[in-house]
Amino acid sequence: MDIKYDKKTSGIEKPFTQLFLLGVLFILIIFLSIYSPFFLKWNNIRNILDHAALQLIMAIGMTFVISTRGIDLSVGSTVALTGIFIGLLLKAGFPIFLSSILGVLAGGILGTLNGILISKLKIAPYVVTIGTMSLYRGLSLVITKGQPIYGFPVEFTYFGKGDFGRINPPIILAFSIILLGAFLLRYTKWGQYALALGGNEEALRRVGVSVNFYKTTIYTFSGLTAGLAGLILTSRLNVAEPNAGFMLESDIIAAVILGGTNMKGGKASISGTVIACLLLAVIRNGLTILSISSYYQQLLIGIIIIVSVSISEIRQGKQIRIYN
Amino acid sequence: MIKGKIENTFASLENISKSFGKINALNNVNIDIEKNKITAIVGDNGSGKSTLIKILSGSLKPDSGNIYIDGENYKYLTPKLAHEKGISTVYQDLSLDNYRDVSGNIFLGRELTKYGFILDYERMEDETETLLKDLDIHIPYFKTPVGYLSGGQRQSVAIARAIFQGKNLIIFDEPTAAMGVKETKATNELIKSLPDRGFTVLVISHDMHQVLHLADRIFIMEHGEIIDNVSKTNITVMDLMERISNGS
Repeated sequence: MDIKYDKKTSGIEKPFTQLFLLGVLFILIIFLSIYSPFFLKWNNIRNILDHAALQLIMAIGMTFVISTRGIDLSVGSTVALTGIFIGLLLKAGFPIFLSSILGVLAGGILGTLNGILISKLKIAPYVVTIGTMSLYRGLSLVITKGQPIYGFPVEFTYFGKGDFGRINPPIILAFSIILLGAFLLRYTKWGQYALALGGNEEALRRVGVSVNFYKTTIYTFSGLTAGLAGLILTSRLNVAEPNAGFMLESDIIAAVILGGTNMKGGKASISGTVIACLLLAVIRNGLTILSISSYYQQLLIGIIIIVSVSISEIRQGKQIRIYN
Repeated sequence: MIKGKIENTFASLENISKSFGKINALNNVNIDIEKNKITAIVGDNGSGKSTLIKILSGSLKPDSGNIYIDGENYKYLTPKLAHEKGISTVYQDLSLDNYRDVSGNIFLGRELTKYGFILDYERMEDETETLLKDLDIHIPYFKTPVGYLSGGQRQSVAIARAIFQGKNLIIFDEPTAAMGVKETKATNELIKSLPDRGFTVLVISHDMHQVLHLADRIFIMEHGEIIDNVSKTNITVMDLMERISNGS
């Protein structure tokens, strides 16, 4: 018998989360551009992208973590500690480039610690990273005695607020990390195993894949993106602040979930993460333009997240029921 | 009691014991799995069959004993080593990633790449198509995450993966437990054809009719021990059920 296989389609509807978010973003942009003549000016767009860049970089790392059914609550503290580390190196006279690279790598080491505790000792990710969240923040405060570190070379501020033509370096860095993340997820074993760790970790183990290695390196990647964010933030402010990145993890996690990455693991979307980060950045910018108090920003973002995730979960549940 | 040593074995377990605390799951078990034949292990719940499979597939380490794979002696196997030796297992839970499509599951852990590291989806899909056609498995939509497939289709994917990834020994743990009549028949025929394709097969099953239909040799287990091994020509379904119920 001649069996025909359809290799192009899945035979089921495509997930609609990314299209929905894109639609909301589009409508919001139209509304804000009608309401305010300044919204679509390049300076404002650059401002939005610049602020979104930090979240984007960290959210790419978090996307991989969440796809494994994990979580990394320590990223905000990692931002602070890596910033402190960079600040100390600069004050000690290390070259800017070397200090920056070492700072980012330090983020990777902090992430690796998370990964080892989670994979080797089999401690739940939220327990480990709540612990390291406090540990890294505590270290930042102890090292600096709670005081920010000042006095860096002015050239250091280029990473955070320089110009590269009409674009800021953080935007270019964010774009590069987005491309890297998309490539890793789709076209490498490492990225696909991140999904498989969330889809069925035991199945991956049974086919002989070193689960501990891949799980650890995924947290390393999350740490590296947090380290890069620490570099950008320290450069932007030209200060190494022990309280930097406070509660940043909640925004990052919100964006990743909003973008369609499954907290139960197995599914991830870099494009969804990107759209969600941009949406949240536009909302914040829009609320400022509309002169709405910043207190309402967090409230509104929380409502958006709950509604979007609920709709996505309901649709996913319907799809499974149809095909079962 | 063991009746003589089987010649031409692919795998042998010699004096294998395994305990979980005070529970002796396996007690000096000796099994020979003959090359290019189908061997079955039967026994009541708790007889140690699943523990035996896990030791052969590398998921568990025995407390004592030896494992011989194609003449080489090992104290224990790991999943990676088992795969290197060409052993693959179709577990009762199927071990599928529900979010991956058919070729994603078949190539799980064995992904094909181009330029050394970039996943080659096209080649994996082509090879999956060839494999499924060869095994007469019908799954029309390749891109469907396997979580959306029927129980029988999912079992077929798990079997296809084991056949693809296992070069020598394929272990089936209750292979038709979740299947309907038609699918059971098709799966039984597929398993029966595997020795002719060069595979050695080990089947764990509660279905005595299936066991007698498929197996060349049957090991009977009770309370972690092998109490008998018989050729299928020397026993009936009723005899088998009697032996399992009444023990040694």
